[in-house]
Amino acid sequence: MREVIVLGIGQTRVEEHWERSLRDLATEAGLAAMRDAGVDRIDAVFVGNMLSGQIAHQENLGALVADWMGQRGAEGFKVEAACASGAAAFRAAFLAVASGALDAVLAVGVEKMTETSGSETTAALASAADADFESVQGITFVGLNALIMRRYLHAFGWKHTDFGEFSINAHANGARNPNARLRQPITERDYARARMICEPINLLDASPIGDGAAAALLLPADKVAGGPRPRIKIAGSAAATDSLAVHDRKDPLFLSAAHLGARRAFAQAGVTPGEIDFFELHDAFSILAAMSLEACGFAERGQGPRMALDGAIRLDGKLPICTQGGLKARGHPVGATGMYQIVETVQQLRGEAGENQLSKARIGLAQNIGGSGASIFTHILKAE
Amino acid sequence: MDITRHWRLRRQRYALEGERCVHCREYIFPPRDICPHCGEEAGPLHTMSGQGEVYSFTVVHDPPTGYEAQAPYAVALVKLAEGPLITAQLTDVDAADIKIGMPVEMVTRRLRTDGPEGVIQYGYKFRPHLAVS
Repeated sequence: MREVIVLGIGQTRVEEHWERSLRDLATEAGLAAMRDAGVDRIDAVFVGNMLSGQIAHQENLGALVADWMGQRGAEGFKVEAACASGAAAFRAAFLAVASGALDAVLAVGVEKMTETSGSETTAALASAADADFESVQGITFVGLNALIMRRYLHAFGWKHTDFGEFSINAHANGARNPNARLRQPITERDYARARMICEPINLLDASPIGDGAAAALLLPADKVAGGPRPRIKIAGSAAATDSLAVHDRKDPLFLSAAHLGARRAFAQAGVTPGEIDFFELHDAFSILAAMSLEACGFAERGQGPRMALDGAIRLDGKLPICTQGGLKARGHPVGATGMYQIVETVQQLRGEAGENQLSKARIGLAQNIGGSGASIFTHILKAE
Repeated sequence: MDITRHWRLRRQRYALEGERCVHCREYIFPPRDICPHCGEEAGPLHTMSGQGEVYSFTVVHDPPTGYEAQAPYAVALVKLAEGPLITAQLTDVDAADIKIGMPVEMVTRRLRTDGPEGVIQYGYKFRPHLAVS
């Protein structure tokens, strides 16, 4: 396997882009990543996306994006793993370059969610669950996470308000990220009084959907000359699955695919959890933030909320998470989210994270969850 | 819409037909080719009793397309007496009265309708267990 470098990154703001289409957003982020890398021809573009067929009635995104980026002729296809489609595209790009099959590969995550009404978008998102045995019962995506959270509160004795710090931290960081969807800080009082959307999950536990695209250009290390900026190496890349349906899990309160992926990625990178400087985790709902910390070895079982309550997750804490706002505040354009996490990790490692820049950012962990824990992609990036 | 799919799943939707693994004796719902517990070939078929208890629950206020008429409705993870968890709506109960651990039993109810001309889909839901007097 060859060493692989992330040479360029690009992103659009996450918002309701009424005037921009899926192809516009993907093209903007992709071209920004190529410009950032100083590369004008690519061998391939892998497009991470979940809902284009259902919402925009558009598939065959590889050809569409390659053409609109002026890269007609390049290899291209869509990669889908529900809300983890972005990181799945990134992993596909990593494997293609690491194997020696391709040199310059662009991974673009893109989602256009505001073309349809709320109930249609809700129905489309539910397609990440088991259609025959979950969605048919009218359960929504937030509903599945509510089932997990209620049982978690019951099993480990936490109160709902113990999760507030996850959202407060995300909003504080999002307020300083010019690309974030939500840029207003929130307080404990806001969290406690937020509208209940699917008990015990309230509006401030849940990440907002949105339109957006983010991209990264990958090259083999031996084709990248040293420059003034630190080189960002992909030190670990791993993916694992769990049962598609929550009800088929051995333990619905443990993200075993996050655990397996993290273990593999740590081994590849030759690092321990204690050496990770920050963690871009998948806080689609606050319960997932807590369970991600546990699955990746940063907290004991059932003790994820403790890290938030102790302040360990803040920018000045032991393990900062969601440094640019996470899904909760930057926003969750589902198939693009994994690529936003990668872009934000690279920003931190390069020292280009603006007002959210960490004082120590040498090794970053990014983890993207598809479905309610079914497909999970874990990456470790290192500045050298 | 989805007529063949519902016909294909009729024994699960109407009778909770699953399996009991001949190798490890664990119960499985719905039936599959490989036992998720021991990794051996699954089977033979086994019909679940329909008895269980609430493992977790929530109330859906913002329903997906096709479920608007029923909202708000309660959905639970039900732990069947045989062991498997199953996702199902709770019916014939006030949301305020639902508790983790509450005994429930399977009933057949309308799951969704696809407009005035469409198919009416029936399937399992669960209600509080009715004590036999």
